[in-house]
Parts: sequence; structure tokens; C-alpha cells
Amino acid sequence: MPRAPELNDIVAKYPPGKPRALLHLLQDIQTAQGYLSREAIGAAAQHLGVTETRAFQIATFYKAFHLTPRGRQTLRICTGTSCHIRGAMVLADEVRKTLGAGPGATTADGAFSIELVNCVGACALAPVLLVDGEMLGNVHPGTVARRLKRAGEAP
Amino acid sequence: MKLTSVDMLAQRRETLVQRTAALAREVRVCAGTACVAAGAGKLSDAIQREAAAQGLVLAVDGDAADVEATVRLVNTGCQGLCQAGPLVRVLPQDAFYCGVRPKQAARLVSEALQNNAVIADWCAVSPQGQRYATRAEVPFYRHQQPIALEGCGAVAPESLDDYIAHGGFAALVRALEMSPEDIVQTVEDAGLRGRGGGGFSTGRKWRIAASASASERYVICNGDEGDPGAFMDCAIMEGDPFRIIEGMTIAARAIGAQQGFIYVRHEYPKAVARLDKAIVACREAGLLGAGILGAGFDFDVEIARGGGAFVCGESTALMRSIEGLVGEPRANYVRSVQEGLYGQPTVLNNVETFACVPAIIARGAAWFAATGTPGSPGTKAFCLVGKVAHTGLIEVPMGTTLRQVIFDIGGGVLDGRPFKAVQTGGPSGGCLGEAQLDLPVDFDALTAAGSMMGSGGMIVMDDRTCMVDVAHYYLSFLQSESCGRCVPCREGVAQFCHLLDTMRRGTAKPGDLDRAIRLAQDIAQASLCGLGKSAPNPFLSAVTHFRAEFEAHINDRTCSAGVCRDLTVFAIDAQNCTGCGLCAPACPADAIAGAPKQVHVIDAQKCTGCGACRTVCRDDAVRALPRNLPCN
Ligand SMILES: Cc1cc2nc3c(=O)[nH]c(=O)nc-3n(C[C@H](O)[C@H](O)[C@H](O)COP(=O)(O)O)c2cc1C
Ligand code: FES
Repeated sequence: MPRAPELNDIVAKYPPGKPRALLHLLQDIQTAQGYLSREAIGAAAQHLGVTETRAFQIATFYKAFHLTPRGRQTLRICTGTSCHIRGAMVLADEVRKTLGAGPGATTADGAFSIELVNCVGACALAPVLLVDGEMLGNVHPGTVARRLKRAGEAP
Repeated sequence: MKLTSVDMLAQRRETLVQRTAALAREVRVCAGTACVAAGAGKLSDAIQREAAAQGLVLAVDGDAADVEATVRLVNTGCQGLCQAGPLVRVLPQDAFYCGVRPKQAARLVSEALQNNAVIADWCAVSPQGQRYATRAEVPFYRHQQPIALEGCGAVAPESLDDYIAHGGFAALVRALEMSPEDIVQTVEDAGLRGRGGGGFSTGRKWRIAASASASERYVICNGDEGDPGAFMDCAIMEGDPFRIIEGMTIAARAIGAQQGFIYVRHEYPKAVARLDKAIVACREAGLLGAGILGAGFDFDVEIARGGGAFVCGESTALMRSIEGLVGEPRANYVRSVQEGLYGQPTVLNNVETFACVPAIIARGAAWFAATGTPGSPGTKAFCLVGKVAHTGLIEVPMGTTLRQVIFDIGGGVLDGRPFKAVQTGGPSGGCLGEAQLDLPVDFDALTAAGSMMGSGGMIVMDDRTCMVDVAHYYLSFLQSESCGRCVPCREGVAQFCHLLDTMRRGTAKPGDLDRAIRLAQDIAQASLCGLGKSAPNPFLSAVTHFRAEFEAHINDRTCSAGVCRDLTVFAIDAQNCTGCGLCAPACPADAIAGAPKQVHVIDAQKCTGCGACRTVCRDDAVRALPRNLPCN
């Protein structure tokens, strides 16, 4: 995928020299590219007239930003209160065992990026996993591997 | 079509109401998160296909304008009883069906929609075997009173016309006839208190902002919903977005603001999309923008997407985040009502607070204040979740007791297990025990008991929930969410979390409980913002009501709930085991052996204490034992 022209297009949508737009610009870049590359952060900073340090501060403060390329699918483990008391952390351990990568990491084959999220609004089905948009409810540790295989391209 | 006057809006409503009245029936399919996960989307498609096959013309969602249609299908926001989705409600009979599958669509269309019949064998049944012919009879709904959630689950969320047909923007029309001072007075007289957690008087907040001298003022809706275990604001934003816009516009009129922002949590893309559509529709209709309803009053709303930081739910941090800065709070000796966004007077209210405003203006302060308690008028929405039989989204009059909420509405504890605790107020709130169950839902009563109302998470816990683990859960959440600006919160919460972790792991030392309590008090006193100040609450309340459990973790290294994995192994009680074979495949450690119909056995050496076997066991045959004791 040609990344560079796309980046320029996004950046050009914002008036130059307006530091206020930094957060929004970074959000737009991430939406388009899936993560914030070093190059993207630099381009955003330069365009809006802020230091790269400022841009990195924003990019690292807000958890929504990713600084490394993403897997083909995102696996979210809900660790909201309801899912927690119904065993979400056991699921997280199981996911780590099954995929060989834990929360915050991407599997070696690039299939999944794994994240923890707070309540996704389906507490009735707790504990819940989300594979991209698809929600898997009432997941038991012993069935993680099977459910993931069905939902996507798991090992 | 642009509505350039109040009369035009009234005419539009009249036309829409007549069209809706011409429809014989309405079927509402819940398209809330849990129902969609349970297959509501496929159900809705199946109903439409089936209707077409049977020659029934449906008007879907917003297009009530289709005069050919005799029945309307609305894909609504959350209808509440998430446990039993996909939910279907048919009007005017008010029939209510749970867990409807796509293959049932044919019968739904032919019997309920073509023939006005209530499908008796689908109706919910009480434990005594009584059928509930209407939704209003179902206990989950019978004790509720929706105000903020009135439209959620009723209106078509993406249709401005439908909102108008349901009485939408009538309150704004009233507000335009009133003086700004009258609006503020009405909200103050209603006694509306902020639903975001603190419970500050909304009317008083508006008055301060209105009386501050400034050229610009702002209205912000806080849709950051930071509580890790709650989704009411999400449900309102997705299910009834126009109500929020109307509430904000009334606030803008009251304080003289021209610009508003809705700050939406980053994980809520659907809420952003819905609000975005709603804003565009309002602008096109002349309900936002310059000269609203031709009344010489300008107001517009923008969406600000959150960045996934809990602390940005705090008012000053949220404002910085909208300004594009790092969302760190500032010390609150300057009040953001007077010096908020871009240094201007700013009214920041929660989603649910704004959702109450149109009802108050349309029906009057006295009407609102007639519900609830003298100190906390009105109603409160809750996410009733955790180990409760009927998980869902509810709204009850203030003053309803916790017992009524959990047992009458929630149907008691899941699987009939013993009740242990209920947590309200999220990471800033606290846990209450059995002895506090008769407390009313009321800002002051809950605070006095060491918990707080919070934004509306209500998590029910049974005897298989460990209070040490719950306290650690909230602390580790706060540790990762602390912005790091002040030392007591950054370092104190980290230490505190570590202490609780040692208790969970069985490595705590005698005296650690008192050390943790002292540390908690210091953090509460010395932190900069509400995050740190309230961080110790979940722990302190848990210690107050469940001290023995903490002591057992420290002194005896036992977790009676069987949650702390380092302290627990599981064993099968041969008396109860029926050899059903559910547990063995659920075990991630391959620690369970047994032939079908034979008693199963857990290898204690292999058991990792995860408890998966106990969760799936239907015969109550799995026991948690202390790990340091020999078993079997
Ligand atoms: C750490 C922290 C997080 C908060 N998170 C939220 C939130 O997610 N949603 C919310 O409405 N209020 C939140 N609040 C409360 C807000 O600061 C503010 O009081 C509230 O939005 C005001 O609205 P209300 O008066 O309508 O309740 C939070 C406060 C703190 C200290
Ligand atoms: S806590 Fe996981 S869906 Fe609500």
C-alpha cells in the first residue's frame, strides 16, 4: 500500500501552523493507517508547527494511539468490571498461551493485535472477546482456541 | 427541509404524528450491543424478508412517510433486558418477546404483525409459571421509570422525524419562549443533580456560567464514560442522540453559549457515527446552526473524539483534550464553570444529565421533583451487571432500595447463589454488603455509606467474587490510568496496588493491611484531582465491610471465594458430580480426568486455579480449596 502520498493528503487537510489540531490530525492518521509511524508523527508536527517532542507526548499519553504496525485483525479482551468478575483475566492468560502474544502485542505472524478494553456494553454475555467487529460472548478458557479459529485466522 | 419557525416544527410534528397513527402496528427490534451480538441484525433482516414474502409492507426506521405501509419496523437502541436478547416488542399490544431467532420471523410476521395476536407461548414466564402478556407486567420493567432513557429503545435513533414525532424539540420550543433566567430557575427548582457522579446541582452550575462575564461561553457533554464497567451513556448516545442535542441546546440558550462539544469515548465508534448523523440532520433542519427555528439564537455542536484516557473524563482534563493538549487535570482552585474551555465560562454535564433536561423543561420542575427523594429528585439509570440474573440497562426513581433493584428488577443473584456485595460508583465508588441492601439509591445516602452514586455502574457480586481481587482490580485500573502529574497518585497508587497484589498472591506480611489503609488516607488527601482523591474508595469500603476476608488472605493465605489463583486449587465433590463431562473440555490445563457418567477428578498438581471448571459445572460439584493444604 502506498503510504506516503496518503499521509500527505491527510496532513494537508489541516491548516498549517495550527497546533490545536494536533490530536485530531493524529487521530485521522491513525484511522487511515492503523498506527502512527515515526514518519507520520514527524510530518504532523512539522505541518502544525510544534516540536516532535510535543507530538510524541500526545501520541504516548492517549491510549488510543498505536506506535507499531497493527495485525490484520484486532482481538480485544474486555476487562470491564463485569467481565473481570466473570473471569476475563483467565481468558487473557489463555489468549496469551494460544496465540503466543499477550495484551499490547501483535502475534508473530501478524494475524492479531491484542488489546484490553473496558466495558463494551455486552456485560450480559460476559466474559467477552471482540475480533474486529465480531463479538464472542460467554467465552470459557477452554474454548478460546476454538472460538478464535472460528472467528478468524487463528493458528 | 429547513424549519424556520416554531410553527413549521409544529406542523411537521402534526403531519408525522398523523402518518404514524395511520400505521396499525409497530414492531421494535432491539439493536443494542448485546442484542446485536445475540443476532438482532439477522432477526431484523429476516422479519423484513418474511414481510415481503407475505406481502406485508413495512415502513422501516425513519421512513414512516411510506403511506402504503401498515406496520412499522424500528431497529431501536438498547431496550434494557440485555440478558435475554434479541428483544422484540410489538405495539400497541405491548407484547414482549425475548431471545427471538431469525427462524421465528415467519410466525412473528403472520401472527403478531398480520393478525394482531399476542404469541402466548413466546411470552416471558414467571418462576411460578405465570405468562406476562405485556411488557409492562414483566418484573424487570414493572419497577422502572424511564426519563433519561425514555426514548432509548423506543425511537429510531437515526431519524430526526421520528424524534419529532415522539415529541422531540417541544422542550426547545418551550425554552425559546422562556427567558434564559427562567430556564436556569426551572432546572434548579427541579433539583436536577449531575448524573456523571458528583451530583452537583445542574441549575446552580448553569447559573454560575450564565452570570460570569465573558464574550463566549461553551456547553460540553461528557460522553467519556470512564467507569470500566458501565455503558448507560453509550446506550443513550447510540439510542437517542437527538435528546442529547436538544438538552445541550437548551443549556446553550440558558447560559448564552454558541458552541457546544460532545466528548465521546474512543471505543464508541457507533455513538460517534449516530451523533454525527444527528448533528447533520439538525443543521439541515435548522435546529442547529445560525438562527435556530428562526428565533435569532445560534448554537452549533461538534464532536470531539476521546483518546482513550480515563482521566479525560475529569472536567479540566477533558477541556484540555478538546483544546488538543495532553489531558492532564489542573488543580481546581479555579472553577472550570467560570474559566473552562479556552479560558471561557463552560458548562460541562454528563450525557444522562442532558438527557433529563428536555423532560424537565417540557413537563416542568414540579413534575420532575415529584419523583425521587427530596435530596435527589428524579430517576437514575444504572447498568445492572455482574453476577445478577437479569443483566441490563435500567432506570429507577431515586429512593428505590438496592434490594429492590437487585432482587425485584434484577431477579436476584445469578444461578441463585448467595449475595455478597454490590459495587456502585466505579473506580471512585465502593462496595456495599448485605447489611446495606436497604439503602436507597440517593446521592447522599450512598456517599454516607462509603460508596457513591457514580455514573451508574452497579455490579452485583456473589460468594465467588473475591473482595481483595476486586479492590486490586480497581487499583490496577487506576494505576494504569493515572496521568502521572502528581506524585501521591502516580507513586502512591502504584505502591498501593502492589500491596494488594501481594495479598492476592499470598506474599503479604502481617501489618500490610494497616499499611495499605494509611497509604489510602494519604493518597486521598494529597492527590491533585478526583482520580487520586477517590482512588482508595473501593479498597476502603471493601475493608470496612469485608475486613475478615483481607485478613484471611494475609494471615492464612486463603481466598474463600476461590478467585486468587495462587491461593486456590479446585477439587471435585464426588457426592455431587454426575459425570456430565462439561468440565474437562473447559479446563485449559488438561487437569481433569473422568469417563462419561463417572465421577471426574482434578489433578491438583496440574490445576492452575483458574476456576473454569467451577463456572461451567451445573451440579455445584466443584470446590475451591486452599492451595497450601493437601487435598483429596
Ligand atoms: C477521574 C475522573 C473521571 C471522570 N470521568 C467521568 C466520565 O467518564 N463521565 C462523566 O460524565 N463524568 C466523569 N467525571 C466527572 C466530571 O469531572 C464532571 O464532574 C461531570 O462530567 C459533570 O457532569 P454532571 O454535573 O452532569 O455530572 C470524572 C471525574 C473524575 C475525577
Ligand atoms: S464489562 Fe465486558 S462487556 Fe461490560
